[in-house]
Amino acid sequence: MPFFILFVLFLISLSGHSHASLTVADKVQSTRIAVVYDRPNKFDHSFNQAVYENGVVPLLAQGIQVKEFEPANPAQTEQGILKLARRGYQPIIGIGYATAPAIRKAALRFPNTAFMIVDSIIELPNVQSITFDEDHGAYLAGALAALMSKSGKIGFIGGMDIPLISKFSCGYLLGAQSINPKITYLENFVGPTLNAWNDPTKGRELAIYQYENGADVIFSAAGGTGLGVFQTAKDHNKFAIGVDSNQNSLQPGAVLTSMVKRVGRVVFEHVQAFIAGEWQAGPYRYGLAGGWIDLARDQHNQVIYSDRLHGEISNLKAKIINNQLPDIVRLRQCSVEQ
Amino acid sequence: MSKAIPWWFNSLLLPLANVGLAFVACAIVLWLMGIDVLFATHVMIDGALGSGEGVGYTLYYATNFIFAGLAVALAWQAGLFNIGAEGQALIGGLGISIVCLYWVPLPMILLFPLTILVSALFGALWAFIPGWLNAYRGSHIVITTIMFNLIASSLIVYLLVGPLKESGQMAAVSTTFPQQTWLPSIENMASYFGVTLQSSPLNISFIWALLCCLGTYFYLWHTRVGFETRVVGLNLQGAKFAGIAQRRIIIITMLLSGALAGFIGLNEVQGSSHQLQVEFVSGYGFTGIAIALMGRNHPLGILIASLLFGALYQGGAELAFNIDSVGNDVIILIQALVVLFCGALELMLKPSLINLFRFNSPKTEAGNA
Repeated sequence: MPFFILFVLFLISLSGHSHASLTVADKVQSTRIAVVYDRPNKFDHSFNQAVYENGVVPLLAQGIQVKEFEPANPAQTEQGILKLARRGYQPIIGIGYATAPAIRKAALRFPNTAFMIVDSIIELPNVQSITFDEDHGAYLAGALAALMSKSGKIGFIGGMDIPLISKFSCGYLLGAQSINPKITYLENFVGPTLNAWNDPTKGRELAIYQYENGADVIFSAAGGTGLGVFQTAKDHNKFAIGVDSNQNSLQPGAVLTSMVKRVGRVVFEHVQAFIAGEWQAGPYRYGLAGGWIDLARDQHNQVIYSDRLHGEISNLKAKIINNQLPDIVRLRQCSVEQ
Repeated sequence: MSKAIPWWFNSLLLPLANVGLAFVACAIVLWLMGIDVLFATHVMIDGALGSGEGVGYTLYYATNFIFAGLAVALAWQAGLFNIGAEGQALIGGLGISIVCLYWVPLPMILLFPLTILVSALFGALWAFIPGWLNAYRGSHIVITTIMFNLIASSLIVYLLVGPLKESGQMAAVSTTFPQQTWLPSIENMASYFGVTLQSSPLNISFIWALLCCLGTYFYLWHTRVGFETRVVGLNLQGAKFAGIAQRRIIIITMLLSGALAGFIGLNEVQGSSHQLQVEFVSGYGFTGIAIALMGRNHPLGILIASLLFGALYQGGAELAFNIDSVGNDVIILIQALVVLFCGALELMLKPSLINLFRFNSPKTEAGNA
């Protein structure tokens, strides 16, 4: 085992920047990418796990070496990313806004290494910035929540009160108001620390509060905290909407749908482009067109998320994609405010 | 035939035996997990001490632990359990950020004392309220300080989402400070003298941390207030009887404790990340409790415990980075075992070791913590 690792390190040190003039198969063999997860951890049933299941696993199956790194604190994030760059990993993919400061620093120090950042924008010539139109997906989620709600009250539970989450809540509220202009909207945030993304107990408390105040659909944009929200939805015979990963199966029948962000697939595609030599730095935006953002429908929720509802949501989706939405200007504000 | 316990027994042999025992326990756990223990040990030691970068990171982490450990220990000397170092550090970092963002163009030789002063003031302010509540309203310091951690965190999030936010950033971070305000790194300072070191975030605040150790020692054992602090800590009734103004002592101690915690911001905010991040303290304040426990609330002990924990942090990071089957949970487990054996079970080995060396039984030393 030690010798094997030393051998790998040796290989890494040999193949610093010599990617030119290789066949595609060689390139697959010689590509060593690094994925740096957001905290708290890889298996969060949500954002990170989406990257792992739909990005990392298919890449591994392809024979690509993927170095995964789960930092335990901000200093480690920076240290680890710099180390990955020094050891010649490429591209180095920062998952989530929390890795952005460290990616920026490393990208400045290693201008010949390719970096990718998800959910943040870094304007450097060697960084790809990948963002999503979460507000559009949230708009659909809001519309669905309003269509589903009998009480005329819907809830939103966000992780932290940060710009990324305001984008969710902004779209969600607009979507709901497009169906029912008089809808009552409850909003709570889990907390001020990163633990907010992994606190099912707090998620449960907030969900109980919102359901008992009359909400019958809650959108949980709080990563793993959602587990507590879904459990409460089940206990109260109400509905919840998941986020990032397809969380429908976590509480079948109570999870109305999940606003999926196909971040794993994006990572996969971008690495393919890198192998093919078509990698370009710059901003990339993914939205409803192409299904990068969508409301998940599968065997776990197709009874509650009925064909009729699905039809209405599909109409709305087409309108957003074709810029025919009456309140498109207001929806645009959701991301402009950031 | 028995003899008195020599000085090295309590201060060297016992801690070393505890650390050794902790490492044996770690080795067993790693072995049970199917990890090659010798290789893991090698990765950890080499990662923490084997390279200039490793040593740099070890000392960089140790800097945080020294400040946090001193903050907890100083309060503990007055019988106060300050678990608010986390929040005090956050607010100290906020003070530094304000100075660095709206900086008056000062040369570093003036700016560094200014940020020291401001971080101390901000940290002290955050500790003052629980201190005052404890002294004059009898509120329990554990409850108030831990609540103030959450308040500090909320305040920082509010500021970083609003007034201090960097535009175009999804993360709650402030704008990066102008480069003139960055604390000189040890790397740059060494290159000034012609020595080349590997890159690490280690900066001048490490030297300030060492000075703080000395200062705390001098304060506690060589000043009148320090003496009164220890009397209050040992026996509140006795202190009252001796005419010590205990409310004054409580407030002074909490102010100093908060100031020490506030210095974490020097290392993290001004020295390393050069911007205010929500999570920059990330548990250092709480780890300070373990450091103070292991260091027996003495500055020298805290220095040693901080170096050990710095090495554990850095070595652990290397371990998690290089061996895929070791996750962050394993690293926390290793640290927890060290705290368990060196802190909570510190006296477990004492009787048997005393028997082994045939020393006098320390009946009279029982309360001498």
